[in-house]
Amino acid sequence: MRRVVVTGLGLVTPLGADVETTWKNILASKSGAGPITKFDASDQKCQVACEVKPADHEYGFDANKRVDHKIQRQVDPFIVFGIDAAGQAIEDAGLEDMDEATKLRAGCSIGSGIGGLPGIESESLVLANRGPGRVSPHFVHGRLINLISGQVSIKYGLKGPNHAVVTACSTGAHSIGDAARMIRDDDADIMLAGGAESTICPIGIAGFAQARALNCTFNDRPEQASRPYDKDRDGFVMGEGAGVVVLEEYEHAKARGAKIYAEVVGYGLSGDAYHVTAPDPEMDGAFRSMSAALRKAGMTPADIDYINAHGTSTMADTLELGAVRRLFGDAMDNVSMSSTKSAIGHLLGGAGAVEAIFCILALRDQIVPPTLNLDTPDEGCEGVDLVPHVPRKREVRAVLNNSFGFGGTNASLIMRKVD
Amino acid sequence: MSDTADRVKKIVVEHLGVEADKVTEDASFIDDLGADSLDIVELVMAFEEEFGVEIPDDAAEKISTVSDAIKYIEENKG
Repeated sequence: MRRVVVTGLGLVTPLGADVETTWKNILASKSGAGPITKFDASDQKCQVACEVKPADHEYGFDANKRVDHKIQRQVDPFIVFGIDAAGQAIEDAGLEDMDEATKLRAGCSIGSGIGGLPGIESESLVLANRGPGRVSPHFVHGRLINLISGQVSIKYGLKGPNHAVVTACSTGAHSIGDAARMIRDDDADIMLAGGAESTICPIGIAGFAQARALNCTFNDRPEQASRPYDKDRDGFVMGEGAGVVVLEEYEHAKARGAKIYAEVVGYGLSGDAYHVTAPDPEMDGAFRSMSAALRKAGMTPADIDYINAHGTSTMADTLELGAVRRLFGDAMDNVSMSSTKSAIGHLLGGAGAVEAIFCILALRDQIVPPTLNLDTPDEGCEGVDLVPHVPRKREVRAVLNNSFGFGGTNASLIMRKVD
Repeated sequence: MSDTADRVKKIVVEHLGVEADKVTEDASFIDDLGADSLDIVELVMAFEEEFGVEIPDDAAEKISTVSDAIKYIEENKG
């Protein structure tokens, strides 16, 4: 069977515009949260978010580095983040100069949960206030979810599968899992895979706040707002950014002497068939998605050393933990489980990909990232290593990454070190 | 150079992200400045906005160089 490995990484997050800066800040227990600055949020119930910082910030994002000025003007920020993260991953994998035969076997699977919401919002106002003749001719293709994959394929000449997943907050994990299967099924040798999101805009914040999903009680203490597993948690903090990996067929990577970070060995998917936003109290869907990933990997829970939880800082955190406990049994004693959403917020469609990269870095550096703000663990957290406040050096042989989305869609990825 | 020409060139530089010295009056939006047909739609909208003129589709189709744009605007602005 064709094996799939990770040979390149790219990140744009609220804690850095590249992989190493973000990881350094994650391990320094920094928070990317703050008051919303992208618009006047004074009339919103929720006034905090984890924004990607501007170019002049210590770890800010400079769009000019990898995205043409013209494209920046035409597309929503999620596409700009996605193009940049994909570019980083290609550079990291040493694939800037692919020959034509390689490009024919290289594709993209970079999705988003929501897509160009800020642009839909602003152009709707143009339409309402100034009429249809003022709507931008770039409106549609500047907002479409599959346009990261489209733009990246055009920029780098990638002529293999061109795909984009839309499964809400599971998007990033599904994107990587689907792309790995495309390589395994011999549709491609190389896939750029991941997710991006940027919906910190008035309608995005208002919509999630009205759905009672966002934290609205820590507006005066933004850095404490995202607190997975803590008894005072009250909803997620919206983040933004992108995560993209280069997936590559193992022999292909070996033949060109590529640096190999990890192998994607397990991918599980399931549906809750329960409720559009609320999780099944039994978390049976999560249980089945994790079980399927383990089965595909040919592993048992005792093989997993770290779980990057979905853990959004909502009531569902402890339900997910319950499902993990049910699946892991005695293996709970060995595993460490944390939520990096405590540091960078919830990147929605980008989350699964960004968190998969944190898992890969945990494998590389043999250290697990912390859950910030976990001051008083809620009932149900007893006896579990949730890595409160600070990272932990420990053996990390294999990692499990969970992502769950609105609609009741679940994805679990398992990756391990390659010797 | 006329005030209209200056303002047209400024819009072209901003929208197409090209160097100002490339935006000569002879420059073709598509052949010399890397625009596609949608970029031209957007440029025409920006000209309409800036100069308060209306550029109907049949006239817009004939605008292919910077000087075509300047000429149309000079002849039609209020």
